[in-house]
Amino acid sequence: MSETTKKYSETLVEITLDDEKISAPEGSTILDACKQAGIDTPTLCWAENLTPVNVCRVCVVEVEGSRALVPSCSRPVEEGMVISTGSERVNTSRRMVLELLASSVELDRADKEILEWMAHYGSNPDRMGNSSEIKTSNQPVKIQDDLYVRDYERCILCYKCVEACGDDAQHTFAIATAGRGFEAHISTEFDVELPDSACVYCGNCIGVCPTGALVFKTEHDMREDDSWDPDNQKVTETICGFCGVGCNLELHTQNEKIVKVTSPSDHSVTEGHLCIKGRFGWQHAHPKN
Amino acid sequence: MPDLKFGDSLPTDSEKKAVDKTIESHGPVTIEITERLVYAGRQRTQERRHLLLPALHALQRTSGWISPGGLDYVCRVLEVPPAEAYSVATFYHLFSSQPPSGDQILHVCDDIACSLNGANDLIDGLKKEGYETKPSPCLGQCERGPAVFVQRIASDDSVLFDADLKQITKSLTENLEKESVKLPQAGSDHLRLLARVGIVDPNSLEDYKSHGGYDALTKALEIGAEQIIEEVSTSGLRGRGGAAFPTGVKWKAVADEKDKAHHLVCNADESEPGTFKDRVLMENDPFALIESMTIAGLAIGAEKGWFYIRGEYPVAKQRLTEAVVKARKSGLLGEDILGSGKRFEIEIRSGAGAYICGEETALFNSIEGFRGEPRNKPPFPTTNGLFDEPTVVNNVETLANIPRIILNGGEAFAAEGTDQSSGTRLFCLSGRVALPGLYEFEFGATLGEILDAAGGFSGPGNLKTVLLGGAAGSFVTQESIDLPLTFEDTRDAGVALGSGVIMVFSDTDELTKTVLRIAEFFRDESCGQCVPCRVGTVRQEELLIRIADKNSVDADISLFDDLAAVMSDASICGLGHTASSAVRSALNLGLLETQ
Repeated sequence: MSETTKKYSETLVEITLDDEKISAPEGSTILDACKQAGIDTPTLCWAENLTPVNVCRVCVVEVEGSRALVPSCSRPVEEGMVISTGSERVNTSRRMVLELLASSVELDRADKEILEWMAHYGSNPDRMGNSSEIKTSNQPVKIQDDLYVRDYERCILCYKCVEACGDDAQHTFAIATAGRGFEAHISTEFDVELPDSACVYCGNCIGVCPTGALVFKTEHDMREDDSWDPDNQKVTETICGFCGVGCNLELHTQNEKIVKVTSPSDHSVTEGHLCIKGRFGWQHAHPKN
Repeated sequence: MPDLKFGDSLPTDSEKKAVDKTIESHGPVTIEITERLVYAGRQRTQERRHLLLPALHALQRTSGWISPGGLDYVCRVLEVPPAEAYSVATFYHLFSSQPPSGDQILHVCDDIACSLNGANDLIDGLKKEGYETKPSPCLGQCERGPAVFVQRIASDDSVLFDADLKQITKSLTENLEKESVKLPQAGSDHLRLLARVGIVDPNSLEDYKSHGGYDALTKALEIGAEQIIEEVSTSGLRGRGGAAFPTGVKWKAVADEKDKAHHLVCNADESEPGTFKDRVLMENDPFALIESMTIAGLAIGAEKGWFYIRGEYPVAKQRLTEAVVKARKSGLLGEDILGSGKRFEIEIRSGAGAYICGEETALFNSIEGFRGEPRNKPPFPTTNGLFDEPTVVNNVETLANIPRIILNGGEAFAAEGTDQSSGTRLFCLSGRVALPGLYEFEFGATLGEILDAAGGFSGPGNLKTVLLGGAAGSFVTQESIDLPLTFEDTRDAGVALGSGVIMVFSDTDELTKTVLRIAEFFRDESCGQCVPCRVGTVRQEELLIRIADKNSVDADISLFDDLAAVMSDASICGLGHTASSAVRSALNLGLLETQ
């Protein structure tokens, strides 16, 4: 169930959030309460259109009476809860989560916010050691078709793509986390190539990826030849004409050419997810010859 | 259910037969509705997903690997997407996704206790002889290492122990008779949990009954569920798996849950390095655990009990499986226990090489056919446990106390031990002691008294340190020799009692290697789900190697502190929370700087 359709109880509970007493709907999360109170909270694996998996741990907060920190994205508020979001323990853990990720994964194409949070919390991944001497996710990029590129050295294992492929959106179950520990990675069965897997090329995994590990081939190719230029891209909203469902499309264009198609995650029809036609059915607009 | 897509590979006839037999032998599916709501409440339509783990075991045993054709076949039968089944198979160390090169693999324990007993030389020797070997984390044979877990194709797995290269080679070819248990305290009047071990025939229900077996169940049926819980609460019994939670509180919480079915899980995924107590109980007194589970099931209103045994304990699994069959035949399990009209069934499940599955919520996911990744708590198992239903999870040793509490009453149990630590406790002694093995003491015995009972330090050299509580515990020195090993005294001293590990090291041992092996253990056993543990355990190991190389900790202590902080504060489960505790105590004692 996504946030956009989630109905909270009308019953309110009283909590103390950073020394302020506030009321929050029963069943809502600490993260919801932080948003309500205007407290900026970093998140990586959380998205409003996906079930919280609370695996990245960057949104942790301190709750009185709890020995360990708790993930704000999934923990419901409770009557009388006393929460602090800016304590030294919280800041240390947030800084370290970002530091650990940045020391093992390429983040240069990640959402801008991630780099801003790293600066905010003072993360210094270099102190983990020289990247040639420590374990990283360094690996070759996977290009197996004309639509997707999977660049797993940028993968922070946030599970978003697995959720979007699975029961949060597409119900295709083409990918899952294989292996264990640091070797855990997103994979099809026996790592078969994507065209041989159950993948239906809806592109919803790419839609939710926060780090550029999954990108459309168009974007990848343009980045490779240095022509990808988000500052000169325009977004035009329209409605997909392929069927009668009425999915909102956002056409990202650069130099009068469509380079990417997305859908707003708060849209009541799509919740950000599309099918292969809406996502890729525009290529006839730009015939190759 | 989604439309599933399969590859072109086909299963072999024997793979098909083995999978069919496994699934059929589990009989009709009994939890169809509740299974729809597994994994944090997410909707699943698979009716038989929980048979995935047994089916994967069947494939591995039949072909020596999880073949693409075999996996596809399992997925068709159980309606599981192949990518998900593959993700589950690759989670476990005992499943291989590569074809085998021979007809057996030797998993040789090179963990902290076995490496004191020459495990590394053994691995070299076996390799030279041409055996396919893999180094293994602790196999739970610490009192009689080095140990080898032999995983065979189309034949039973076995464990070899206490042997040098020659003996192991010989027993691999000749199938020697299994040695019976040797208890250092055999014959002592003070034994409670171990009273029948080595005396009763583990294969005979009659022999168990003639040693007082099933008297407690009879009495439990007389006094009823509420009174059973009352006695357990009065006894002050606390969990022996490491967390020391009051058993009576847990039982009452589940008993009070209305509406949903309840489950009882016996956690026998004993994998904490240095721990072997549950193995000794399971192998030598299996009926006692079945009786204990039956009483617990009656008390909490569960009709289904799950015995989750680590995959590296083939003898325990075999004896328990046979014991369940015998108990069922005699009306001690099943539809109508001893004519009382009460139902209770036990299903035995095997792990497949994953320390993390001893974490209770990871264990639920493992049984349910998902990756053994821990769930976030709350909600707790007492309300949302196995199949999202109220569940009691108890350690083997915890449950083994139950018959005595029922027979003699909670007060008599509480009279033994100390105020906050009632009853007796099992201690796993290994390393540099004269008589390694499993010991039982009334709570209150000091570390020194326990070491004396084991014949004291047995060098080369002098006693340097003792690891208490396993890899998730802490190193202590001679200064702790008068510490009573109770819950309260160890807590006040800032050390861990954990699973009762007492591992002794000499000043001639290479402790740097020991500490690095502990760091390697956590790195290797991290499930990989959360960032602090997945990356933190890797960085911790790398840092310790650098510290050991430089022979100085000073420059790196702030990074270590930060890694320890994020793992212990922000990890999802206890593995990450404790991944730096033994290492920290080693750094504090300067054990890494001894070269």
